[in-house]
Amino acid sequence: MRWRRIKDSAATKSMRLALVLVNSLLLLLILGLYAKSRPILARESLLNLLLYSSWHPLKGEFGFFPFIVGTLAATAIAMILAIPTCLLSAIYLSEYARRRVRELIRPVIDLLAGIPSVIYGFWGVIVVVPLVRYLGHAAGSPTTGYSLLAGGIILAVMVFPIIISVSTDVLQSVPAEAREASLALGATRWETVKHVVLSSARRGLMAAIVLGFARAFGETMAVLMVVGNVPKVPTSLFDPAYPLPALIANNYGEMMSIPLYDSALMLAALVLLVVVAGFNLAAHLFLLRLERRP
Amino acid sequence: MRVRRLEEAIFKGLMRASLGLVLTVLVAIIAVVVARGASSLSLSMILQTPKGGYYLGKEGGVANAIVGSVYLALGGSFLAILLSLPTALILQKEYTGRRLATITRLSLDALWGTPSIVYGAFGFVIMRYLGLSASLLGGILALSLVMLPIMARAMEEAVKMVPLQLKEISYAMGATRLETTLSVVLRQALPGIVTAVLLAFGRGIGDAASILFTAGYTDNIPRSLLDPAASLPLAVFFQLGTPFPEVQRRAYASALILLVIVLVASLAARLVSRRFARHIIR
Amino acid sequence: MPHISLRNLDVCYGRHHGLREVTVDIPDGRLTAIIGPSGCGKTTLLKSLNRLIDLNDEVKVGGDVLIDGQNIYDPKADVLALRKKVGFLSQKPYPLPMSIYDNIAYGPRIHRMSQWQILQQIEQLRQSPHLEQLSPQIERATTRTKRSDATDLLVECYLQMAGLWQEVKDRLHDPAAGLSVGQQQRLALARALAVEPEVILADEPTSALDPTSAQLIEQQFEFLKEQYTIVVVTHILRQARRIADYVLFLYLGELVEHGPAEQLFSAPADPRTRAYVLGDIS
Repeated sequence: MRWRRIKDSAATKSMRLALVLVNSLLLLLILGLYAKSRPILARESLLNLLLYSSWHPLKGEFGFFPFIVGTLAATAIAMILAIPTCLLSAIYLSEYARRRVRELIRPVIDLLAGIPSVIYGFWGVIVVVPLVRYLGHAAGSPTTGYSLLAGGIILAVMVFPIIISVSTDVLQSVPAEAREASLALGATRWETVKHVVLSSARRGLMAAIVLGFARAFGETMAVLMVVGNVPKVPTSLFDPAYPLPALIANNYGEMMSIPLYDSALMLAALVLLVVVAGFNLAAHLFLLRLERRP
Repeated sequence: MRVRRLEEAIFKGLMRASLGLVLTVLVAIIAVVVARGASSLSLSMILQTPKGGYYLGKEGGVANAIVGSVYLALGGSFLAILLSLPTALILQKEYTGRRLATITRLSLDALWGTPSIVYGAFGFVIMRYLGLSASLLGGILALSLVMLPIMARAMEEAVKMVPLQLKEISYAMGATRLETTLSVVLRQALPGIVTAVLLAFGRGIGDAASILFTAGYTDNIPRSLLDPAASLPLAVFFQLGTPFPEVQRRAYASALILLVIVLVASLAARLVSRRFARHIIR
Repeated sequence: MPHISLRNLDVCYGRHHGLREVTVDIPDGRLTAIIGPSGCGKTTLLKSLNRLIDLNDEVKVGGDVLIDGQNIYDPKADVLALRKKVGFLSQKPYPLPMSIYDNIAYGPRIHRMSQWQILQQIEQLRQSPHLEQLSPQIERATTRTKRSDATDLLVECYLQMAGLWQEVKDRLHDPAAGLSVGQQQRLALARALAVEPEVILADEPTSALDPTSAQLIEQQFEFLKEQYTIVVVTHILRQARRIADYVLFLYLGELVEHGPAEQLFSAPADPRTRAYVLGDIS
């Protein structure tokens, strides 16, 4: 009998250890990256680093501004393309499609979510970049196709699955009585969606969009392959851009040889972590609150 | 009256177009990979390593990347399971209060959304600290961090679904928590746990940003944990932009092989959960 | 008053045969109760009258339902107009996610009722008895009233008719979700009345309510049945005895017997009816 209790408590203790490790991971990440960023933070204030737009590591200039603008711009384009497409798709799946159709399409969209980002990048290089080049020339811009627009398009496609699946779940959780109440008055399905379903689901839909935003913000490989990677603030859709994750990925080779370069890149990683984890936490907390309140 | 129906018809059309766009893009991605990759695929491509350097050498195949990826993903899965399974089990109500459980889940959700490049950077910091250079071991460490949140969350969902009544039967007979967990919970949740591992595996084998700094790249198949390792995603990344068509073919082949592995893992995950659902008591 | 007539109405949900060949005429201007044990098709029958059963994916409907001589299941039939003519109260009242005011105004706005139509409606309502203490504004209703004032009056009128005005007149723009269940059901009644139906369907309208609210609803039905045809599904025999003029008894999807309330309750023809009325089966 005692032996069983000993086994039980030993197992519990080791599982608790795992739990502690898992919970401290986020903190460890932040601390580890912060430790490595201290050299450059000692030299310049964070605000200066974020707003300065000259990036010349050899000269010791580490202005992150072009990369921040690049990331924000690419993410913004992705959101502009993705939000209407995904919301309309989710509304169709939830409110109009038959159950069988919905059950068929959901797993297909989840499949899209599982595709590795290099494959999106691959597709981007082969299909999207030439497309953007064509569009650019038609608009009078001498672009190679490797541009902000290409990056935005790829990011949009990559966030389709997460926004659609969370949105569809949120819409489906609006109770059937709500729709019945509206339809029984003689409203069309679309009017019911507009006035009843969407307002009930509004907050969950916002959480879905924030999750998509966080995903787009931190995406590295696919966007890296199509965005041009020129460290200047982009002034048009067809200009190349250089998002923050791409910066880190492209320069890990040189970072050890130039003073403070590695510290700058670790700071970039830290900024990414804080922003993306922050948005994710906020969205998930929100969705949790929604679940709790009936 | 007609305006109302017209408005609905317009939006319905837009909705169908949007959904059609999403599905078309999916098909297009798969089609492009298959189209370019199929012609480059051959037995020698799969079995040989690149000769004369992966970036410039015109001969050889991608065996280095295939084996490297498999090693990396298996190693990462192993480490991730070590932490995920106990975490998933201890989040049961009889071990952990609601508050700690919620905090853990939120923390895992935040980790799940973290860009894998951050894990790569962190992994690099740890490697430097331990005096390691880019190697299979480094890649496994970084990859396990990427796979951990996905695996832990999915396993936890599987464990949560074990009905309380079933556990009560075991406790009512005087079993300890450990005995109940091992004989009842694990057995019930096993399909879900296996699915979680497959899902994380599929995600991990396709990840490039985390192993970019940490696993290195090489023409050879790694023979020890300290050797650098090639991987399929990086094989695509490094060899796509080359001027040599033979090298490019290796990139195409890698992309196709990677896509196939990921799709197979996804399908396997679905099949496992559906097939073993028969044996579980509801 | 519309003439409602069912001819061989047959409804199947997948493999479950919900209603078998129901043929009956629902009397105008009376309160008809549909009674019978649970799961016997009462709600199905009710929801067939405004085609709300269309919302179920796998439903198959055979036979005809004629309202004013037209088959509402004709593919060319206007479902929106039907649902305007035939109002519905569900068992658990669901307030639309908007203010009390907007809940009532929703129907008229959706149907794009013009100012003139709204004022006409108010004129007609002024002539109906029992409208206690109409505020002086209604007396002043002329075509010079602004659109929003006309809607204000409309909302007030219907809240009066549903017996809710006194309780909510000072908080019309508060969210409807803040009302008690009994108030929400009266709100649902006002909402249904606001689109000027000719028939009111009610699916167990008081089963979710406390006795006071239930009584209020029954009182409203008493006074409404002079102007509308009302069909109520109820599983409370005593309620049917209290309010019904005409009764339909459904058992296992079959319309076993129907007739004037007094006759059916005192001298039921069919043994099954007798068993239910006497309480032998429920």
